[in-house]
Amino acid sequence: MNFILGMLGSMPGAISQGLVWGLMAIGVYITFKILDIADLTVDGSICTGAAVCAVLTINGVPVGLSMCCAFLAGMLTGIVTGLFHTKLGIPPILSGILTQLILWSVNLKIMGKANVSVSSRTYEVLLSSMDNTWAIIILAIFGIALIVALYWFFGTEFGCSLRSTGCNLAMSRAQGINTNYTTVVGLALSNGIVALSGALLAQYQGFADINMGRGAIVIGLAAVIIGEAVFSFAKNFALRLLGVLVGGIIYYVVYQVVIYLGLDTDLLKMLSALVVGLFLGIPYLKKRYLRRPKRKGVKTNAGN
Amino acid sequence: MLVIENAYKTFNPGTVNAKTALNGLNLTLREGDFVTVIGGNGAGKSTMLNAICGTWPLDSGRILIDGDDVTNMPEYQRAKYLGRVFQDPMMGTAADMEIAENLALAKRRGKHRTLKWGISKEERIEYKNLLKILDLGLEDRMSSKVGLLSGGQRQAVTLLMAASLQSPKLLLLDEHTAALDPKTAAKVLDITDKIVESNHLTTLMITHNMRDAIAHGNRLIMMHDGHVVIDVSGEEKKNLTVESLIEMFNTVSGREFSNDRTLLS
Repeated sequence: MNFILGMLGSMPGAISQGLVWGLMAIGVYITFKILDIADLTVDGSICTGAAVCAVLTINGVPVGLSMCCAFLAGMLTGIVTGLFHTKLGIPPILSGILTQLILWSVNLKIMGKANVSVSSRTYEVLLSSMDNTWAIIILAIFGIALIVALYWFFGTEFGCSLRSTGCNLAMSRAQGINTNYTTVVGLALSNGIVALSGALLAQYQGFADINMGRGAIVIGLAAVIIGEAVFSFAKNFALRLLGVLVGGIIYYVVYQVVIYLGLDTDLLKMLSALVVGLFLGIPYLKKRYLRRPKRKGVKTNAGN
Repeated sequence: MLVIENAYKTFNPGTVNAKTALNGLNLTLREGDFVTVIGGNGAGKSTMLNAICGTWPLDSGRILIDGDDVTNMPEYQRAKYLGRVFQDPMMGTAADMEIAENLALAKRRGKHRTLKWGISKEERIEYKNLLKILDLGLEDRMSSKVGLLSGGQRQAVTLLMAASLQSPKLLLLDEHTAALDPKTAAKVLDITDKIVESNHLTTLMITHNMRDAIAHGNRLIMMHDGHVVIDVSGEEKKNLTVESLIEMFNTVSGREFSNDRTLLS
């Protein structure tokens, strides 16, 4: 009984963390699902957001403004990756890794050391792990606002051109879309959101840490995959984004349960990666081993 | 309308795979010309179209569209002059987007894409009417993802995107019926003729089907080794037969015309 109560007691914390990472996963969704790019910048940019927000806040900048700056700093990191990719022709995955490494140094320089504390006892912050109910409310508001904003953005003329860029590069160029520009904007937007979630995470846990982004992309992908599985019925874009947010929560609730069951926490990252790897592989395995019977009257490629 | 002057392009220069795809290509299209392009594999037909589109820069030479020198213009900027339909039906549309959204993308070709909503109500009505003309039942499926359509349906939508929503200065068709079954191919060609005629479009159509090449358009060119070797128009073109065309090719290229795909189709 105590065991179950104890586990339930840890749930609010799991939900708060899940919401923060769900927000971050919405950023990952933009690159991974819409632009069709696996962007590894996020492992660095989440810490950049946290570092900028923490350092500005402890230096007396209002937390709202600090978070705006974190968002802009995140966009900048996305632009760097985007320029590596579009101007130098470096494959996107490698571009992300380069920026990630750059950000390791940059983040250390921003913070001046490996860890900066922004305790809610000393500073006026928006949320903290001391009050999970409040944290959940704030994060849910952020999540909904972000989903509404993105739903609008990707419905606009410019947003549509971004979606088509991820869907079909050749066609997008043929329709007069500057795909280099849309790619850079998409990466900037994605990393801005990731950095914003980093800023929220720093406030929630009361510190920014140089290692906080390690494996962030895997958690983000996990949330995206879980969200898609749970919201597989959703055709609507806003609902899909909501699914990603929920995916983040589910991920952390499961995480918490697994820890409670006594699993060695050193193994958690490995298990996360293996589970994500498995789910990323499912579409391929399906195609490879579940051959559908041939339909009658299938069109052949005449003349070829 | 279109002028190609002394265009040269070699792929993989300096390697064993070096391939001169355009070898002193010259071509001038008058306004309203509907030119069909034939030629064997590797003759440079698709390369010519890609050169016009700006997929990669030319080694040397010049390209003018409607009097504007576009030789150094990036692909996405040239798009405002051009309508394109690719050989692969998957290439011309965005599979994960709705039919209406695809059409809306094409409607804004060459225009600044703003933060206004992507499709207006009036547009939806316009698209519905356009799709009705295709007679493929697509007007009732405007919110379907294009990925759910058949190859022929996708090519028809691509045609609308290339030529109907905005009249391009030049319509480029790259064997756009080659991947379709004969019946669908005939239907798409029929739609092509209608659109070209009603909008008076200057058109370049690559085809591997000699009969189609003779039956459509007012001018026919044959390419070989990266340049134009035969150029017939008017009455002379109307009197062409597949046999006379093959004979002309053999004379010009000095070797037997042996392209099974062309002969059999």
